[in-house]
Amino acid sequence: MANMAQSIRMALHYGEKHLDVKDVFGQDVGAPMGGVFTATQGLETSWNTPLDERGIVGTAMGIAMTGDICVAEIQFCDYIFNTIDLLKIAGNTNWVTNGNVSLPLVLMTPVGAGIRGSVYHSHSFDAIASRLPGWKVVMPSNPLDAYGLMLSAIKDPNPVMFLKPKALMRVRGEELIPGEPANEKELKAMIDQPVGGSAGWKAKWPNLEEHLVEIGKGKITRQGSAATVVTYGRHVLMCNQVADDLKKEKGIELEVIDLRSIYPYDWELIKTSIKKTGRVIFVNEDTEVTNFAEHLSYRVTQELFYELMARPKVLAGKNLPGIGLHANLEEASVPQVPEIKEEVISLLQEIP
Amino acid sequence: MGKKLATQSTSQSRSKSKSKSKSGSSGLPLSKQELTKIHDLMVKSRALEERMIKIYKVGEAYFWIGGPGEEAFGVPLGMLANKGQGFDHDWLHLHYRCSPTLIAMGMDFLTPIRLIMNKATDKCTGGRNFSNHYSFPEWNVAPVTSPIGVQYSIGIGTAWAQKRRKAKGITIITGGDAGSAEGDFASGLIWASRKGSELPMLITVQNNKWGISTHYDEQHGEAHVSDRGIPFKMRTAVINGNDPIESYIRLGEEMAYIRKTGKPVVLEASVSRLFGHSSADGVNRRDELDCLEEFEKLLLKKDVLTEKKIKQIKDDYDKEAQNAQIKARAELSPEASTIWDHFYVNSESGDWRDF
Repeated sequence: MANMAQSIRMALHYGEKHLDVKDVFGQDVGAPMGGVFTATQGLETSWNTPLDERGIVGTAMGIAMTGDICVAEIQFCDYIFNTIDLLKIAGNTNWVTNGNVSLPLVLMTPVGAGIRGSVYHSHSFDAIASRLPGWKVVMPSNPLDAYGLMLSAIKDPNPVMFLKPKALMRVRGEELIPGEPANEKELKAMIDQPVGGSAGWKAKWPNLEEHLVEIGKGKITRQGSAATVVTYGRHVLMCNQVADDLKKEKGIELEVIDLRSIYPYDWELIKTSIKKTGRVIFVNEDTEVTNFAEHLSYRVTQELFYELMARPKVLAGKNLPGIGLHANLEEASVPQVPEIKEEVISLLQEIP
Repeated sequence: MGKKLATQSTSQSRSKSKSKSKSGSSGLPLSKQELTKIHDLMVKSRALEERMIKIYKVGEAYFWIGGPGEEAFGVPLGMLANKGQGFDHDWLHLHYRCSPTLIAMGMDFLTPIRLIMNKATDKCTGGRNFSNHYSFPEWNVAPVTSPIGVQYSIGIGTAWAQKRRKAKGITIITGGDAGSAEGDFASGLIWASRKGSELPMLITVQNNKWGISTHYDEQHGEAHVSDRGIPFKMRTAVINGNDPIESYIRLGEEMAYIRKTGKPVVLEASVSRLFGHSSADGVNRRDELDCLEEFEKLLLKKDVLTEKKIKQIKDDYDKEAQNAQIKARAELSPEASTIWDHFYVNSESGDWRDF
């Protein structure tokens, strides 16, 4: 099975071969590195940019204005903050021009903690991204969804932000990407650049097929009726583990929703689940004050108040200036499995 | 009103002017036809801006910002642009003093007046944005934004796409001297001049010596903003943007260089700011050199135009602008229900209540 870096790489290859992607660019995105997480190795259209985030976002906007399709990268979302006004403009261009000018671009950036990335390689961006109207914002939790969401992002006529949970870049999936060889070693030999350099190396791409994950559609990863857990990115894996543990230990069945799209989001899926369970917890690792989950939680109280058996919960990253490097600090800053489990149990124990 | 134009040729350029423009019967380096066309468009642009200022002053617009005083630069730029849609035409990333350029490209009066009056018929923004915030996809005119200087970053992308295709079009960027302090200006220089990846960009700065109320000397240490292109081995030029003849010739030369070599140019043009920054600082006439008055003095002296003809041109455009205001005034305002329109492309809703 491909890992997420390989799946994104294959999606971008499919994009340049079949979806008319003209440029994949960013810092260290082209040869010889092919991206700090290797997600752009071997591509024909990839190139390196100056170390200039504003230039990268501006260039993507300009390319998109011509109608050409591009995928740009900010190397870590920790360095995207100096582009916020450009992101605002990218989001409002179609609206402010009364539909005259659209910007069909994809901007991808690794997000979140989990790799001991210290203060400036651990930021999250989903909450801020949700406050950039006009963008679509997606975050996969597994390689197949990463492939499908990337193809959908490339096809989408709007600006799409593709948030890559960096802690999952080396995590393998459970389902094959259509066209992917079943043997991991075979895939590696085909599309992983040899250690030591790219000189003379060319990827041998498998005969990939189109697979789309519709933007705005979530997915139930664990079915249950005791409580609803709404999450995305790497916390899908943690919440699945909590669900598996509670089922095994206590026979409690949680319903876990992988939102996959942060905006637009799958309210129908959330609503249907909460109507069944009466209890909901939202889990993500962005900082907790004005967290995106607070919007969802608010909406639950407004539209489903009388169907609730417990107060909705939001479990998010602590409202800290950064993520400390030491494991003790990092793990105390963003939700971990024990804390999620504790909060879920508390949710289940609440008596209305 | 107005200080004297020191000379009709004050070019201080590191790229030597090689103009071989034909000298007309006037003794000026442009033909009578070219001179009268430039003059006509300058008058037209001024008439538009003065009408828009009136529209603001009588309370029919919330805000005015525009480009009176930049006609001698903006009109030649618009005349020389390769207008059209697609890669083989020029891309223009303009700032909010660009009416002269767009008038020269063929913009009518009704379009900018609908824009400043926020009418539902405003085709550039649907009543959503300030005056001079145009977008004309049919002419490759990128949306004008309020954030200063972002066009220097965004223009990189259109130039890159043109270069990738070996297209005939170039990318033209305009902006103010104060905006050159933004990082985007540096981005434009860096990305345009990478060795082997040079971009076909005309990076211009209209130096009116002001950033709202802050004078150039308070913001800059460099003698000329365009000097910032020198360490990047870019061709640079400083021109008198108050002189339409010099602007027309020099812009033509620099654009020809870019079209021929695919390499960028940084061009600085000194211009006036005749009505201040915007309606925010009073929109009253300032004591600065008026490029139109000076040009008319020259054309009269050289017998290219008569006072009677000039008056007739002005009266005709004033009337046309007034008629556009009268027409726009009768048009509908945008409905409140349109706020969600165009959130996403193809009428896809972005309202979370619809999810």
